[in-house]
Amino acid sequence: MAFNFAAFSYIIALIGDAVLIFFSIFHVIAFDELRTDYKNPIDQCNSLNPLVLPEYLLHIGFNILFLLSGQWLSLCLNIPLIAYHINRYRKRPVMSGPGLYDPTNIMNTDVLTQCQREGWAKLAFYLLSFFYYLYGMIHALIST
Amino acid sequence: MNGQPYNYSGSNSANGTPTPSSVSYPASLSSQSSREASPARHPPAMSHGPPEISPLALHSNSSYDQQQVRPGGMYDQHSYPIASNMIKPSLKEHSNSDLNPSRMAEMSSSALYPNSQLPVDNQSHPIYSNSDRQSFPRYENLMSPELQAEVNQSIRNSDQTNLQSRLDDTNSHGYTNSSFGLQSKNSEHNNRIVDPDWQANRLPVYGKNSMSNEDLVRATYQDHHNPSNNFHASDVQSPTKASFQQNLQGPGYSPLRQNPSVQQIQAPAPPQVGIKQMEMPPQSGPPRTNALGIIPYNTDPVTKMSQAGGGAVVNQNPLLPTASPLIQQPVKSQPYNPPISAAAPVYGSPQPVPLQKTFPPQQQPYQIQPPQFQAQQQYQPTAYSIGPPPMMQQPQPVGLQGPPLKQYSAEQHVSRPIEPYNTMPSQPQYQNHNQYQQQNNIANHSGYNNKQNYYPGPDDLANTMAGMSVNSGYNKLWGREAIDLLKSRDILPQPKVEPPKIRLAQEYFESANCSPEIFRCTLTKIPETKSLLDKSRLPLGVLIHPFKDLNQLSVIQCSVIVRCRSCRTYINPFVYFVDSKRWKCNLCFRVNDLPEEFQYDPLTKTYGDPSRRPEIKSATIEFIAPSEYMVRPPQPAAYVFVIDVSRIGAEAGYLKVFCDSLLSQLEALPGDSRTSVGFITFDSAVHFYSLAETHSQPHQMVVVDIEDMFVPCPENLLVNLNECLGLVRDLLRELPEKYRESFDTGSALGPALQAAYKLLASTGGRITIFQSCLPNCGPGKLSPREDPSQRSGENVNQTMLNPVTDFYKKLALDCSGQQIAVDLFILNSQFVDLASLSGVSKFSGGCIHHFPLFNAKNQLHVESLQRCLQRYMCRKIGFESVMRLRCTRGLSIHTFHGNFFVRSTDLLSLPNVNPDAGFGMQVSIDENLTDLQNVCFQAALLYTSSKGERRIRVHTLCLPIASNLSDVLHSADQQCIIGLLAKMAVDRCHQYSLGDAREAFVNVVADMLSAYKLTQSNYQSTSLLAPSSLSLLPLYILALLKCTAFRIGQSTRLDDRVFAMCHMKTLPLFQLIQSIYPDLYPVHNISECPQITVGDDSVPSPPTLHLTAEKIDSNGIYLMDDGSNLLIYVGHNINQRLAISMFGAPSFNSINPNMTELPELDNADSRELRNFVNFLHNEKPTAPSLQIIRDDDPKRTLFLEKLIEDKTESGHSYYEFLQRVKLLVK
Repeated sequence: MAFNFAAFSYIIALIGDAVLIFFSIFHVIAFDELRTDYKNPIDQCNSLNPLVLPEYLLHIGFNILFLLSGQWLSLCLNIPLIAYHINRYRKRPVMSGPGLYDPTNIMNTDVLTQCQREGWAKLAFYLLSFFYYLYGMIHALIST
Repeated sequence: MNGQPYNYSGSNSANGTPTPSSVSYPASLSSQSSREASPARHPPAMSHGPPEISPLALHSNSSYDQQQVRPGGMYDQHSYPIASNMIKPSLKEHSNSDLNPSRMAEMSSSALYPNSQLPVDNQSHPIYSNSDRQSFPRYENLMSPELQAEVNQSIRNSDQTNLQSRLDDTNSHGYTNSSFGLQSKNSEHNNRIVDPDWQANRLPVYGKNSMSNEDLVRATYQDHHNPSNNFHASDVQSPTKASFQQNLQGPGYSPLRQNPSVQQIQAPAPPQVGIKQMEMPPQSGPPRTNALGIIPYNTDPVTKMSQAGGGAVVNQNPLLPTASPLIQQPVKSQPYNPPISAAAPVYGSPQPVPLQKTFPPQQQPYQIQPPQFQAQQQYQPTAYSIGPPPMMQQPQPVGLQGPPLKQYSAEQHVSRPIEPYNTMPSQPQYQNHNQYQQQNNIANHSGYNNKQNYYPGPDDLANTMAGMSVNSGYNKLWGREAIDLLKSRDILPQPKVEPPKIRLAQEYFESANCSPEIFRCTLTKIPETKSLLDKSRLPLGVLIHPFKDLNQLSVIQCSVIVRCRSCRTYINPFVYFVDSKRWKCNLCFRVNDLPEEFQYDPLTKTYGDPSRRPEIKSATIEFIAPSEYMVRPPQPAAYVFVIDVSRIGAEAGYLKVFCDSLLSQLEALPGDSRTSVGFITFDSAVHFYSLAETHSQPHQMVVVDIEDMFVPCPENLLVNLNECLGLVRDLLRELPEKYRESFDTGSALGPALQAAYKLLASTGGRITIFQSCLPNCGPGKLSPREDPSQRSGENVNQTMLNPVTDFYKKLALDCSGQQIAVDLFILNSQFVDLASLSGVSKFSGGCIHHFPLFNAKNQLHVESLQRCLQRYMCRKIGFESVMRLRCTRGLSIHTFHGNFFVRSTDLLSLPNVNPDAGFGMQVSIDENLTDLQNVCFQAALLYTSSKGERRIRVHTLCLPIASNLSDVLHSADQQCIIGLLAKMAVDRCHQYSLGDAREAFVNVVADMLSAYKLTQSNYQSTSLLAPSSLSLLPLYILALLKCTAFRIGQSTRLDDRVFAMCHMKTLPLFQLIQSIYPDLYPVHNISECPQITVGDDSVPSPPTLHLTAEKIDSNGIYLMDDGSNLLIYVGHNINQRLAISMFGAPSFNSINPNMTELPELDNADSRELRNFVNFLHNEKPTAPSLQIIRDDDPKRTLFLEKLIEDKTESGHSYYEFLQRVKLLVK
């Protein structure tokens, strides 16, 4: 039983991951609202866009902790998602503020479907990784 | 833009995954060089346009000279790039003329075979040098023995040879021009085609090809106009005529006026059927003629066989079909029918008559002379100086001196080189023309360009024939013919392309569907499942022109608008009345109660039958909305004009034009007593004009602090027009003076827009921007990013087509939220980054007008701006509007195209709506529609009229369901598909790249044809069959590939391209089609064209021609209508009389090329031409500008570049394109 840096990073990852789960739930709900005409796309984009960068940074943040603590497996599991995030942000539509979503094309069925699918996929990923981090934390705590 | 059932992505896979692109054809194909490398793929250069030369080269006089010194030789005949069309003219001439053998001889050079489209040589002289003995006996079959006067035997022999050779040529027809001088025997010719040798020899020939183009063109031309015969009974004409009229009702056309009887005439059978049957005249002469005329398909195999054989054995057969048309048609036309015996003596006298003396020039048109010969006559001095060519004798006009000729010439009127119509009453001729084409297209492809690889044995032959006679009859009856694209040349329907009819099931058969001008679906039968749609590979979507100006529109004011309680659909003609108190919604199938009021029929003032209500009778209807349709009181009309007065703007000088236009239109601005206007000008500062009533003159206020824009005073900037009319006028008079010269190079568009937004934010309204240079200061400034060296590059960087900043988009969204639309007038002489600027209009429901290189010194520019402004100021406008598109459960709207902001899945926010805006929607099938009979789309446009009334315009379109692939394909609406594809392609350009979009275009055609192939049981590998409903698709796609938006390799300014793309997104379909595939009419004989009735007037309706240089003759006059321009192209050989009568100029050289309107002369030609031009003007919302282009004018490129079926340095010819597509068809 030793509280080491690895255990610390897992704890932080756990907390961060919980936040990410909330983000993705919000994301899924937001797009569902768009689909069902509850909200104006401009408003919806205004509420979604500010959350994009925090989500990405949070995710990258605890992965840096993994890197520092040498949790290679955990890091490897997350690298694809990081790469996806970076790529997605790089290819975002031209906009002056932060964020990804453009109110003018978000109502396009393709975009809408893609975003919603992305939301569900991330939710699943974060949920699974939550349990993995839990396991990793305990593992780190009890080992040695 | 993907994930649509229809797979628009480059891939041919059916799953519709949004892959950026996948190259589905051999990469080698895509590049020019590789095509050159593989001879097998070389497109036979035959038909569609002068194959290897730029059309620009066509009209040089030098070609004439060359022709004449060209050495004679039999193979010349074969080798000229002969459009198969040439045969037709000659045939018709034949028919007109007679059986006179001398004429036969003379014509043989160019004559033959109407249907089978054999190549014709335009060189007649070589005939004499090569008479082929073999064919002689066959000749006897054809002709009565007495014809065979000794002297002429050789001629006839050569005729025969030619006939024969042409027959043989049919196969190779496509290659004819390439085989120049190659073969030594006709029969060998066939084999040569597969021989790579000819490829090698091909290139040097080009120059010669080009010479003969002139000839070719002339002959082709004649084909179009030549009255062939009068076989049609008048009842044949009637359907076509009726439909034509119906169609020409023009903008005023409204579904309410649709005459069901007219529809029915058209609907049951495609015109071909009827016509074809009528075609065989009882007196059509020798039985063999009938064989060709009656059962067109018969000839096909026969000819094939003959081609296949090529040798003496088969010769007997081919002659029949060959010769028969020659004989068949003349029977009708009396004057040209001298008894054969009468002609014979003429033959007997072999006096070589010098041509010029024999024919008075007047007679020229009626002779089938080899075009070359004609040219010679026209150019007498030159021609003779070059040397009396051997062909002088050739036409053997011997017979022409005889009595029959006299009769013939006497009958004609005055001289004109081409006078297709003049022998007969015009109407029948026109009809003939139609019929002829159709026959040509569908029925009888026999000879023309049959491929070598098909050598049917007798068994095959029988099989094909058996299959054809049964199936084809049935198919034709239902409008299901397949058209072999490779073999059909004139596929443009006459007089114009009609939208396919929607045939609903019995119960709704009577119901008036929405007019195709307003609402069109890409498929007139909706596939019942998504997989069926995927199989058809066609895009599903609707194009809508919701606010179109209508002549007749029922407007209903009632307290309760009957709508479905669950889906809010408006009651429409396609609902089902469960009983007299309830109705079933046709979109969501809910049963609703009918309000008491609805039982009352306002017309007859009786109760009881709800089906008499106008809502039920008409698919387009307008309601005056009660107050629950208003969020706020209806806004007044408010207009703010934002004008660039920077140095470049002042130099362009548009300000004067604008102010004058507005001054004259001030009272006509739509609005009521509350109408308000405001003016803002800007250079590097923003100037406001206070127009308070208290002032005696406008006060200008200048805001220099543009970084943080504010409005200098709260009122008097946006003033009531009626109250301040005088001040506004003063201002408009002063402005041009004040900014006549300006030295400020700044352009603060962004701040000016922000200011205008602030002015209008409380009311909503319209901002009109005049911009002449790149906005270069303040927020929203842009930097020049176009690299001129990339203009003609092979690809356009996708980022260049996208905005660099979202400033304008955000501004547009703000505007949209406040019900403000921004309209852009770009009058640039340099790069303005329209890609970024256009966002401000795109997302606020505005419109964009572009006047590249505008200069006030150019009268043409000024006029087009004036016309555009006039329309812009006066047209109807709808404020604070939204449009919702509902569709039957199971369908959903996938993507929207147009200028608007999408507020929810089926709701478009349109701060302004104007009558010239069109929209497109892609539709996807979510659920199976198997248990439905019909599918409905309903578009409802809620707007505030300029009079402050809230109105709802509802359009309902009802379509039947199709359950099999062939139904779907045959019900396709090709124009609508093109309209939607163009919009999708624009999206694709923005998302991926231009190259990707272009590739997708080609794949669309290939996919469509592959899908059709699936439905065909006996698909010959040599043919490229397309359903008749989609036969123009490849042509239009080719046109799209060459239009400004999508072309590559040709210098295209980025702004022009972006503007063209914006246009693709917003133009109504009619104009879109016209802009990508302009209408080309021959107008030199306009006074003899058939007339159609439009309103109270009758208007000549010349036929439309394919856009290829082979249709252009140097002695013709052509009018090209691309929607925004009318170009009148005058050939340099036009008859003097025509020059005088149409242009008031004594000769071609004195025609003023700067004319912008036609002189009013008091003669039939001039009157009819002006009449026709006026008709074209009235058909369009904005009157197009008119230009006269002489064919020696540098401006002719304007005209020639629109001949999109020809090969250009960067684009395929139509035929090459088909070849390319053919390789992709699986």
